[in-house]
Amino acid sequence: MSIKMRAAAKDGVTTIKALISHPMETGTRKDKKTGEKIPAHFIQEVVCEHGGNTVMTAHWGPAISKNPYLSFRFTGGNAGDTVKLSWTDNKGNSDSSEASIK
Amino acid sequence: MTSMKRRIFLKGSVATGAVGMAISAGLLTPRMVLAAWPKAAFEATSVDAAVSGLFGSSTTTGSDQIKIKAPDIAENGAVVPITVETGVSGAESISVIAEKNAQPLAASFVLGAGAEGYVSTRIKMGKTAKVTAIVKAGDKLYSAGKEVKVTIGGCGG
Repeated sequence: MSIKMRAAAKDGVTTIKALISHPMETGTRKDKKTGEKIPAHFIQEVVCEHGGNTVMTAHWGPAISKNPYLSFRFTGGNAGDTVKLSWTDNKGNSDSSEASIK
Repeated sequence: MTSMKRRIFLKGSVATGAVGMAISAGLLTPRMVLAAWPKAAFEATSVDAAVSGLFGSSTTTGSDQIKIKAPDIAENGAVVPITVETGVSGAESISVIAEKNAQPLAASFVLGAGAEGYVSTRIKMGKTAKVTAIVKAGDKLYSAGKEVKVTIGGCGG
């Protein structure tokens, strides 16, 4: 599992683009070989922090696509600043990544 | 009325509700339960219940200050790109709902310090449906929708 993230500032607005590798299982899909349901496994929360502030909290359900893509914007970021993105899934797994604003 | 409902919801879900039962039954361990994740809203099977679960009210006002960018036809329902932009002043959150999904609520983005009214992601859609974006500003809910035709559904297997 990994996070790919880019942060770019233009005219005072920072745009974050992130790609997280995660199966995002809905819990309704069946294993084609065994016929058994594959348990739900999906990211529930994604948090982005910048300069000690939370700029975005995303709550997700299983309807977010596999290997989720996320983009959003905030004001107040400068080139060189660090932004941190973290996620937590329904099994309690989590990961985080940092990027500096370009 | 709003606060009453919320109180009942909180009482129900924390003390004796499904979460509590799931924990005691050993289905979930406490660390798996995110305090802020709106479980009732995500598990709701109707649009009204999902919106009520999130906000305590399902009354929304149509707004031309919300723009949804989504394909007219999605060939693969497993990956439908959705972008929501809003100029609603004081926007606090943007929620994305696919009306015909078994669980309609796909995502709810809480806008934090300095966040602009812009989010983009990719969602799964079971079948052709209206995608609705709901923006909360103050105690008001604004909405806009766009029909997305799905050729191959992306929820089953």
